Amino acid sequence: MEAIDASSVTASFDQPRGPLARVQHILHKYPAVSPALVLVLSGVVFSLLGKGRFDRFDTFGIILQQTAVLAAVAIGQTVIILTAGVDLAVGTAMLLTHLVVAKVAVDHGVPGFLALLLGVVVGVSLGAFHGGLVTKIGLPPFIVTLGTFYIFNSLGLVYSKAQTISKEELGGEHSLLLWTGRQISLGSMKITTGVLLVLAMYIVFAFILANTAWGRHVYATGDDREAARLAGINVNRVLLSVYMVAGLIYAIAGWVQLGRSLSASSNAATDINLESITAVVIGGTSLFGGRGRLWGTLIGALIVTVFKIGLSLAGVNPYYQNFAIGALILVAVTLDQWIRRVGK
Amino acid sequence: MTAMTSRRGVIRTAVTVGLAASLALAACGSDTKSSTATNAPGATTAPGGTTGGSGGTVGVSLILKNLSNAFFVSMQKSAEAAASKIGVSLTVAAGKEDGDTATQISAIEAAVAKGDKGILITPTGDAVVPALDAARKAGLLVIALDTPPNPATAVDITFATDNYNAGQLIGQWAAGQLAGKKATIAMLDLFNDQVVSVDTGRDQGFLNGMGIVKAEDKTGNGKEPATGKYSGGDYEVACHEPTKGAVDGGKSAMETCLAKNPNINVVYTINEPAAQGAEDALKAAGKDAGVLIVSVDGGCKPGLELVASGVIGATAQQYPGKMATLGMQAIKDLADGKPAPAVSPGLDFYNTGVALVTDKAVAGVDSISVADGQKICWG
Repeated sequence: MEAIDASSVTASFDQPRGPLARVQHILHKYPAVSPALVLVLSGVVFSLLGKGRFDRFDTFGIILQQTAVLAAVAIGQTVIILTAGVDLAVGTAMLLTHLVVAKVAVDHGVPGFLALLLGVVVGVSLGAFHGGLVTKIGLPPFIVTLGTFYIFNSLGLVYSKAQTISKEELGGEHSLLLWTGRQISLGSMKITTGVLLVLAMYIVFAFILANTAWGRHVYATGDDREAARLAGINVNRVLLSVYMVAGLIYAIAGWVQLGRSLSASSNAATDINLESITAVVIGGTSLFGGRGRLWGTLIGALIVTVFKIGLSLAGVNPYYQNFAIGALILVAVTLDQWIRRVGK
Repeated sequence: MTAMTSRRGVIRTAVTVGLAASLALAACGSDTKSSTATNAPGATTAPGGTTGGSGGTVGVSLILKNLSNAFFVSMQKSAEAAASKIGVSLTVAAGKEDGDTATQISAIEAAVAKGDKGILITPTGDAVVPALDAARKAGLLVIALDTPPNPATAVDITFATDNYNAGQLIGQWAAGQLAGKKATIAMLDLFNDQVVSVDTGRDQGFLNGMGIVKAEDKTGNGKEPATGKYSGGDYEVACHEPTKGAVDGGKSAMETCLAKNPNINVVYTINEPAAQGAEDALKAAGKDAGVLIVSVDGGCKPGLELVASGVIGATAQQYPGKMATLGMQAIKDLADGKPAPAVSPGLDFYNTGVALVTDKAVAGVDSISVADGQKICWG
């Protein structure tokens, strides 16, 4: 199939091509290929260095569990970056919604289902606030979300009084609020229902992005806003909807976070704001918008966790962990630039 | 903002200056706790100040690292109680987060500007030291709480927990509980990307209590031999992982440790939320039976509740409220011309003490019961 695609592209560009250019074209057509190669390669390297502790099913299960929340918020981040935006407040928005869900359930006795629904309402509202500032006032997404990063953090502290809401207060391990933390054993590998929920989110949103009019409008808006507008797309409505959808995703991610930490606290997921951007960038989505695949983001999120655990199991001085991630980002963006030259 | 208030001070009465400066300070502090913003001006106006001038009431500023940690909130409450008891007018300020030295420095300058007698501060970084020097030159008494500044001589005295001793107590307890069994140890630290005294003190105090290291290496954790003999038998340190003192951080750290070594039977944790996360990870892996978890802090909730329910075997309790109360008294004494208390022998601060809280006492290691710990938690 790739051969057919490549030859058809060759015909349309009407120029001869060497092996390197062929690779360039494959990567251009399938943005998730290069992160997948990085993931496989790092898996092999860490297996060799991991003293027999990395390449095990139980370690793989742990990697999936540790990636779940990051992978979930990174869906929202991907959709926003596809429109050439960025969201610096993913983590604080997610934490704020999960605090609202926990607090209304614990303090006011709201049933779990309604509490989660309220979390969705809050998440979508936060997203609408972002989208409103971006589209109505025309502020850059970077500035909008830099501001709300602080604001949401502050609101979370004020609202929770910086207290941790414990598993017992949340109704114990069998409550609906902590449903995403339930263990599922697959042989020696343990995952949680939260992992499956995040996987389902990827399937749904990958389908929506690739196969619906809305998905195509997101890509078109990100690729060239003016062209999209001239093509009859209501660009502002697309952007507003993108931020609201992202808010919905953060609310669901907040539920996954509740199950992950079996508690609610404003002091959680401290690195997730930047890590979500890292996952998207390593996953092959272009920061300039319009190009990328959601599955690449899942792979990018997995790479972040694999690096963390892999380097630790390999006994590498932790001071070098950020170096490795940083180098990977630079390589990924350089690769993206090179790939983008196709067709220009 | 400080310059503005002091200029205004020239043309207004001393009492008004105090009020204005404390309002400015409350704004500078810009912490998120509404109670603080309302407390600060209230406390300042309360004593009346009818005598005028700086000789009337003793003004004290309490400058905390943040107010998002129950530890510092407890300090604030005790300081407020002590202030009304000994007739000191108290202004509270706090950084926005750990490491926010800029807010602390403006609060120090504001305290000088409005003629406070003294400053109680939990220094959030060495960058505040020059401002503290300036305050002392201006005649203020400066007392550090919880964290000795670097150098320790930058303040008149520090009231703090001996974190190394706190670690030693839980280490001795763990060694006693093991009774000669092989110890496979997980070290769930605070950070792995910065070196702070609370982290090295507790981590290596614990290892010293186990009989593994002889003294604290202030340059960082994880320098001990990975295997060897502890006081009761063989040991193996399986991992040092960072938790950031949070539940989810503790969980991820414990998962990584179990991936490194599934036979872990002793878990040291930097604080109780991290211990909670460690327990969740152990339970999920089906490895929670027979594992000793030890911690430091002794907070009322959830800390001691976790000891009561048996999740944490023993915790070393510290006393932030006592630090604040002693600090307030020391400023009052110094202002009245009485001497401040001396530093504890062998330390560069006044040790406010730690107590091992456990319901499974070990012979030869002093401890108090959980019920007793709950009576004095963070008071």
